[in-house]
Amino acid sequence: MGKVLAVTGNQAIAEAMRQINPDVCAAYPITPSTEVMQRFASFVANGKVDTELVTVESEHSAMSACIGASAAGGRVMTATSSQGLALMWEMLHIASGMRLPVVMTLVNRALSAPINIHGDHSDGMGARDCGWIQLWSENAQEAYDNLIQAIRIAEHDDVRLPAMVCLDGFIISHSIESMTFLPDEVVRDFIGEFRPKHPLLDVNNPVTYGPLVLPDYFMEFKRQQHEAMLKAKDVVLQVAEEFEKVSGRSYGLFEAYRLDDAELAIVVLNSAAGTCKDVVDEYRDRGVKVGLLKPRLFRPFPYKEVAEALSGAKVIGVLDRAESFGGFGPMYMEIASAMMSNGTNPVMIDKIYGLGGRDFMPEHAAQLIDELKEILDTGKVKLYKDYLGVRE
Amino acid sequence: MKGWRELEIGAVTEAGSADEYNTGSWRAFRPRWIEENCIQCLFCWIYCPDSAITVKDGKRGEFDYKHCKGCGICAVECPGKKGKKAIVMEEEGK
Repeated sequence: MGKVLAVTGNQAIAEAMRQINPDVCAAYPITPSTEVMQRFASFVANGKVDTELVTVESEHSAMSACIGASAAGGRVMTATSSQGLALMWEMLHIASGMRLPVVMTLVNRALSAPINIHGDHSDGMGARDCGWIQLWSENAQEAYDNLIQAIRIAEHDDVRLPAMVCLDGFIISHSIESMTFLPDEVVRDFIGEFRPKHPLLDVNNPVTYGPLVLPDYFMEFKRQQHEAMLKAKDVVLQVAEEFEKVSGRSYGLFEAYRLDDAELAIVVLNSAAGTCKDVVDEYRDRGVKVGLLKPRLFRPFPYKEVAEALSGAKVIGVLDRAESFGGFGPMYMEIASAMMSNGTNPVMIDKIYGLGGRDFMPEHAAQLIDELKEILDTGKVKLYKDYLGVRE
Repeated sequence: MKGWRELEIGAVTEAGSADEYNTGSWRAFRPRWIEENCIQCLFCWIYCPDSAITVKDGKRGEFDYKHCKGCGICAVECPGKKGKKAIVMEEEGK
């Protein structure tokens, strides 16, 4: 087995990138980017990787360079956060539309204004519809493991889509925790060689990327992207199975925690899931049948599997670390869609929490479980969407 | 027409297929080449944003009107001979 080290989430990601040793990285490594690319740049400078590091003048250019390098035939990675992802937005669609398996780390941070770069899922949720696979991570270990698996998922012949691996800004990216690294050769063998499709550098077989496609064919290409997303779900599970063989760590489409006989369920992404699981244990000790579902794969969203896992729940509290002003939070909308087809008709409430890095404490999770229990007992819902941890 | 299962993913297509399309039909102004004023500097060929100046053995020939959009850049850049332009723009349809 590999080394156990205490590292920050950023170090874990940079280390995974060193082991993956991509052909090209293009990045704009200043705020709101994290130290991921700064650390990776030192690996490049010290000859620890063979990567061509392209330093660009904006995140829009970073993603543009990634797209060019990927179309040329390289294995390409980058990392960003917050406004950086927002500035990439136009190019995110180009990467997915051209079916280029670029892999990016997204350290989730808030979007301005007011200016704030703390942990918040608004950046990733804003990129929900960009055609990228999204894997979300509770801690540094999951982020490291997800990034290595993302290479295999994105590059799979049935998929060929870009993928982003999300982890919480500061809470995970800048906090130190102990985790297990795989040996370099295990990662190298696991990801294998990149086999590009139609590389532009194959000058004997010239092709055009990004042609004009008018109404007569545009929808067909979008339908292909949808198909690739449908297939990605199975690929995620296949890759997870293989990953378990080399790492001993097991991954699914989501984590179901004490959910089997749960009447009350919490759905929550990333680091806050850890806090919630502790509180679930406390309530379980007191005989409250509460469980938790932590999605890992958010795009494509595994509606059927999530609905089955939550089919015993009578009241579901969804936690959203991103706002959809005037609407329900993005995670709530997915869970509502999943449960609609399920026929079990649970009561569902949405709680907006943790925006701009607002601490999510065990008492907040307890407050949510108390409210879920009250709804179960009385059948009455005060507000279907509300804030948790905001001052009145 | 092809269904989505039959198309190459990502709309990757053969190179140079723009050659097959008649994009010269957009033109409102038409460049006219006056050969006796041409010094064969090939500025028109360099500046043309499309590839509408045909060149053979290092010398320009007639315009490729199938792809020339009539932008007029060649006429502006043309140095001509003794003050006389070798490319002039004329309204289409006249």
